[in-house]
Amino acid sequence: MARTLAGKVWDAHVVRTAGEEDLLYVDLHLLHEVNTPIAFDGLRAAGRRVRRPDLTLGTEDHLVPTGDLFKRIEEPAMRRQAALLAENCAEFGIEVYRRGDRERGIAHVIGPELGLVHPGMTVVCCDSHTTTMGAFGALAFGIGTSQVEHVLATQTLPMTRPKDMRVTVTGRLADGVTGKDLILALIAQIGTAGGQGHIVEYRGPAIEALSMEARMTVCNMTVEAGSRAGMIAPDDTTLAYLRGRPHAPSGRTWEVEEEHWRGLRSDDDAVFDREVVLDGDRISPFATWGTNPGQGVPLDSAVPHPSSFADPEERAAAERALAYMDLEPGTPMRDIAIDAVFIGSCTNGRIEDMRAAAEVLRGRTVAPGVEVYLVPGSDTVRQQAVDEGLAEVFAAAGVQLRTSGCSLCAAVNEDRLRPGQRAASTNNRNFEGRQGKGARTHVVSPAVAAASAVAGHLAAPADLEA
Amino acid sequence: MEKFTVHTGQAAPLRASNVDTDQIIPVRFLTRLTKAGHGQDLFADWRDDPEFVLNRQPYDRATILVAGTDFGTGSSREGAVYALTDHGFRAIIAPRFGDIFTGNAHQNGLLPVVVPAPVVERLWELLEREPTAPVTVDLVTRTVRADGVECRFDVPAEVRDRLLAGLDDIGTTLQHTEDIAAYEARRRPALPTTTRQRGPGRGHP
Ligand code: SF4
Repeated sequence: MARTLAGKVWDAHVVRTAGEEDLLYVDLHLLHEVNTPIAFDGLRAAGRRVRRPDLTLGTEDHLVPTGDLFKRIEEPAMRRQAALLAENCAEFGIEVYRRGDRERGIAHVIGPELGLVHPGMTVVCCDSHTTTMGAFGALAFGIGTSQVEHVLATQTLPMTRPKDMRVTVTGRLADGVTGKDLILALIAQIGTAGGQGHIVEYRGPAIEALSMEARMTVCNMTVEAGSRAGMIAPDDTTLAYLRGRPHAPSGRTWEVEEEHWRGLRSDDDAVFDREVVLDGDRISPFATWGTNPGQGVPLDSAVPHPSSFADPEERAAAERALAYMDLEPGTPMRDIAIDAVFIGSCTNGRIEDMRAAAEVLRGRTVAPGVEVYLVPGSDTVRQQAVDEGLAEVFAAAGVQLRTSGCSLCAAVNEDRLRPGQRAASTNNRNFEGRQGKGARTHVVSPAVAAASAVAGHLAAPADLEA
Repeated sequence: MEKFTVHTGQAAPLRASNVDTDQIIPVRFLTRLTKAGHGQDLFADWRDDPEFVLNRQPYDRATILVAGTDFGTGSSREGAVYALTDHGFRAIIAPRFGDIFTGNAHQNGLLPVVVPAPVVERLWELLEREPTAPVTVDLVTRTVRADGVECRFDVPAEVRDRLLAGLDDIGTTLQHTEDIAAYEARRRPALPTTTRQRGPGRGHP
């Protein structure tokens, strides 16, 4: 029978089947400081060991300071939680990247960077944006703490297979339009539950033309459409990214693996439970106006009127969002003044994103009163930005290149916006309070975030040339 | 894990959709090192509002929450489930839930109950009219019952069996260690391990 890419990867990982549930083998398990201590405690309490420490990797990303890497974490509970990851990993023989390690960074950034994510693998992490790594044609999804404990103890997870959805993006993205705009446009179209219960496979010419970095951005935010995972079939772009990375195979092994990877694609006659088509030619730079990632519009348009939503729940949600965001319907998006900018996160903290920000900031300066947080997704990205001279460009524009971490994406370390502060932000979620209690978030691409930093209001790079 | 068979209790009407897990428990409270204690952080950012449903009697004692669509979307934080169970909730009724939240709830004996939006609306009206009206969530017959409301709901059979028995998932899986070992023996040998590599590949451009 014809199978989808997701189906092929799924089938290859079934250890056993019981009723509707498959016991799925996990090839790579990533850990970070938050959401894991209770899992290790459970393990200890039951006297269990970690089945495959060699398929498990920890990294410090959520709690680390990004202004001064080695600064002591002030809040005692957080300091304790941060220390526990290293202690737990040491106790159970798990490799962990800590502050000061060159390769440390956000889990979903360093996994690919280290070459740990190969097409066809299963990857889990205690974080919903694990979907990022589906860009390699892997099946990657977020899990909760109990499931972390389950994977630690058994290297498997009992799961019911999600449905298959295909998103075809036709045409070609115009210059200045990014993977971020593509995914924001998709979520605005299908809604935050549009992919619920599904694994989404992205295909079509506009997807094939994306770099690995941009594909990761798209798969990262797949979870914001409620989907379990997002995947893109591996191709030359995937293989070129992977080749030569520390954990990538080499020599004859590479050749054998390459042949296997090339077969990882949906059969031509595979059937999907849901199909969506998006016209890539018509996507323009996007920004959110509300408090969920589906509440977005092209930057060229205006804040919508709640009355424009036919569905009463959506209308109520829009009213509530506008009140929280303190926005008047009908306001042109470009008229929204901002006083903070965050460029970073596992959505847009890779080297391509740093380059995009630098290109806009080169020869310009940040508007007075705008606070900019520029946070690479990993310290490898940071080093690369320094080596490429981007750090100097940023400094000249009045922006400090920080060390890597989740920073203002989750605002769980010391980086936090003040109540009422309004940010153009490259992260993935504009939920109430996500960047600090009472803070307001407009999710945008790195280019738009950088241009907004210069303009002091939401803006596209082209606006700065006028 | 506590068993779930039939639960009858008071319910609270939460008239809001898209209640993401950042609202259920803001990230700054995710530093607790035990499941217990999370209850006091439940809906922390909404607690300042005296009109918030859980600040009002008798809803503050509810063991069932009736919410709008897309409850528990967003972040994978299991703390959202700990906060709800620690506060005393046994079941959440809503038209739709976030996938990860559903899985997390099942792991902790909290039952997400999916019913159509009109049923939620009827429950809201009932609870606003009669705040102490009992609501029953029956996992044995998979039905929600309240005055004037009766609605069937679905739960995957394996999940239902585990919840009814209060079984520990890990214990169940560990009974199949031989199958896991057999699978490991046939994995592709070139799959990576996380052991640190110190070779020419480091510092890839
Ligand atoms: S950057 Fe944000 S979304 Fe990504 S892992 Fe960190 S907190 Fe989660």
